[in-house]
Amino acid sequence: MPELKMGGKLASTVCTTEVIVVKAPGGDVDLTCGGAPMVDPTAAGEATSSPAEGAAEGTLLGKRYVNDDESLEVLCTKPGDGSLGVGGVALELKEAKPLPASD
Amino acid sequence: MNIMMLLEMASSGFGDRVAIGTGDDALTYQELFDNAGRAATRFAESGVDHVGLIDISSPALPVVLFGAGWAGVPYVPMNYRLDTGTLLGLAERISPATAVCHPDQVALADGIDGISAETRTDFVAGLADAEPYHEAWGMDGEDIAVLLFTSGTTGEPKAAVLRHKHLVSYILGSVEFMGAGEDEAILVSVPPYHVAGLASLLSSIFAGRRIVQLPQFDADAWIDLAIAEQVTNAMVVPTMLSRVVDRLDERRLSIPSLRALSYGGGKMPLPIIERALELLPGTNFVNAYGLTETSSTLALLGPDDHRTALASDDPEVRARLGSVGRPLPSVEISIRDDRGNEVPAGGHGEVWARGEQISGEYVGKGSRLTADGWFPTNDGGWIDAEGYVFVTGRMDDVIIRGGENISPGEIEDVITSHPAVMDAAAIGVADQQWGEVIAVVAVPDHGATVEADVLIDLVRSQLRGSKVPEHVVFRDELPYNETGKLLRRVLRDEYAHLGDGSS
Repeated sequence: MPELKMGGKLASTVCTTEVIVVKAPGGDVDLTCGGAPMVDPTAAGEATSSPAEGAAEGTLLGKRYVNDDESLEVLCTKPGDGSLGVGGVALELKEAKPLPASD
Repeated sequence: MNIMMLLEMASSGFGDRVAIGTGDDALTYQELFDNAGRAATRFAESGVDHVGLIDISSPALPVVLFGAGWAGVPYVPMNYRLDTGTLLGLAERISPATAVCHPDQVALADGIDGISAETRTDFVAGLADAEPYHEAWGMDGEDIAVLLFTSGTTGEPKAAVLRHKHLVSYILGSVEFMGAGEDEAILVSVPPYHVAGLASLLSSIFAGRRIVQLPQFDADAWIDLAIAEQVTNAMVVPTMLSRVVDRLDERRLSIPSLRALSYGGGKMPLPIIERALELLPGTNFVNAYGLTETSSTLALLGPDDHRTALASDDPEVRARLGSVGRPLPSVEISIRDDRGNEVPAGGHGEVWARGEQISGEYVGKGSRLTADGWFPTNDGGWIDAEGYVFVTGRMDDVIIRGGENISPGEIEDVITSHPAVMDAAAIGVADQQWGEVIAVVAVPDHGATVEADVLIDLVRSQLRGSKVPEHVVFRDELPYNETGKLLRRVLRDEYAHLGDGSS
């Protein structure tokens, strides 16, 4: 399980999904995509299996995903077929609250 | 983290959209990404420590910025209009470097030991022959992305260090990916070496908003370009807005396509905002407060805040039109006394800020952040009961009269509230009895006249006796630098004779 730290990049092993960590809780987090643990992108390689049933809703480019208490937030930098989860619980799409453009 | 990640997302999410420019000069996000890769190859091959830019805005600007980021070489935009000596001094500090230059400056830059300079035209032409960069960009957020020379209104320019983690955090904390509609376009008239010029590139690219550049600000050109390009967003510094407002008024024009106008980069006199709101009734106004060292915006006063303040009879609510609004969700702001203790709401002190986007670091001088991550901004200010932040000016500009610290800002606010006054600056001049006394330099509104005594009485009626100016002088305009910063140093020198020469 890779240590989750802000700005860290993680890749799915079962689809093309990549995320970066925008906000991380302290301690270990078992972040999964398509039911399989996410890994350092340099270690991911080509996906050899597919997302598990029930974890194949897909990820969307540029969307943010959060856990229940929003202590974890990731941003999808490459979309894929798997969906994100922590400890078997699916992450939820975070509702956008856009700020007015300031520059 | 790397700013290239932002561009990669944009090019894969909406690669066919126009990223920047108009007509033949336009680049789509995909083209911008591809050009950044070729630029990275050239920068990496040159083996330099920095990539300089001594030029005005052009569509080559983001190519240089992202190409440098991809190659892992810090990007350093400089003010090409600086006098030769100052520019030489800055350029020498980044050697060995490659520099993309305005034709007027290429010979100068190329003559510096360790700098290889080329014109923007040659740089762009050279990209066609370059291979795409074969290496992935670094993902260490600690790598330096950009060095920005701070404006140096008070002394030797310092080079602020912005690392990839600061810029990426700023964008992720303030911009929604692809948040802009396909019809949106932003007019950028701040120069490349200004933090807002840098931030507007990054923000607009991540949002998917087409960038239209006005390289040399002129109010009429700005208005004409905004209308011709159906511009929906723009960012201006106070002096620009003041001139735009004058010209809109004189030309009896409005800009119907303009949905949002943000202003910042200096204190905006209230009368100008009020006139701008009248002349652009369909436009949302945003006041943004930030510094070079904070990767741009820390706090903003949004469109609803503007409307509420303007419509209110409650003086406290109305006063918020002169505030910088509330901190971004990813930023904390606190007011501290001179020992670093937090000052409760309503109390004056120094503005401190904390957040992932804040660097607070300078080349050769290290970080100014406290152990727990706070950045003392050197701006004076206070926060009202509802959390609205008021910035009164640089701490260095505080006038010390008889041991009392007086912010020029509060005196200026009173003076500019007089209908015959367009702009004003309060400065300290030397005095044997008080150390310093207050002098006000006021700019009368077009065709208006007002007596000095009237302004002195106005201050006396609203502020404590110690804040009443000793001197009031008039002039046609105040000295600002190109990015709208009031040059108080120039005024202090020019009006030093008003004092009694005790210092």
